[in-house]
Amino acid sequence: MAIEVRIPTILRNYTGGAKAVSAEGATLDELISNLESAHPGIKERLIDQGNLRRFVNVYLNDEDVRFLGGLGTPVSDGDTVTVLPAVAGG
Amino acid sequence: MLTISQELADRIIAHARADHPDEACGVIAGRGGVPERFVPMENAERSPTFYRFDSMEQLRVWREMDDRDEEPVVIYHSHTATEAYPSRTDISYASEPDAHYVLVSTRDEQDVEFRSFRIVDGVVSEEEVRFIP
Repeated sequence: MAIEVRIPTILRNYTGGAKAVSAEGATLDELISNLESAHPGIKERLIDQGNLRRFVNVYLNDEDVRFLGGLGTPVSDGDTVTVLPAVAGG
Repeated sequence: MLTISQELADRIIAHARADHPDEACGVIAGRGGVPERFVPMENAERSPTFYRFDSMEQLRVWREMDDRDEEPVVIYHSHTATEAYPSRTDISYASEPDAHYVLVSTRDEQDVEFRSFRIVDGVVSEEEVRFIP
């Protein structure tokens, strides 16, 4: 069992074009490190100086992880993590 | 080139006018690069100088598009005091290389500017807009 991670178009160059990949970990932070080992470079697009990047939305199932525990949010088998770059500008 | 129905263009402009002086934003979903379904979004920033889709609304709308095999063909927002050209922040946060970024300026009460751009890897290129009935 593993956790499904849904990858947005702009990051699919790290996953060989795959829209979803699987990864493992007990927390979101561990999950992203695990993702990095299989898809080098992706972590830097999600995390900056130990925090989630401000303009990247990460959801655990139906919740924005900012409203859960951020990178410390526990994750478990069968969960789905969705990454969406924020749509923003000035 | 962006080809868009006059009706959808009018809806974008109406949304921009309604939210003025704050920036308005939204998506037109479609398939095969054809803009079809108008999806106005909340500007979570409620600001005259910045916009950001509400994160929960974005998740819902992106899932809906996924389920319908649609993509965000157009991502639009308004500038309320400046020209309809991507700002530095627009360029740095642009993250849909396949989308047409439509900008509307509501700085003039009578006249509206409606322009479309591609923003890929920090490079802006303006494209022609063709309005169809």
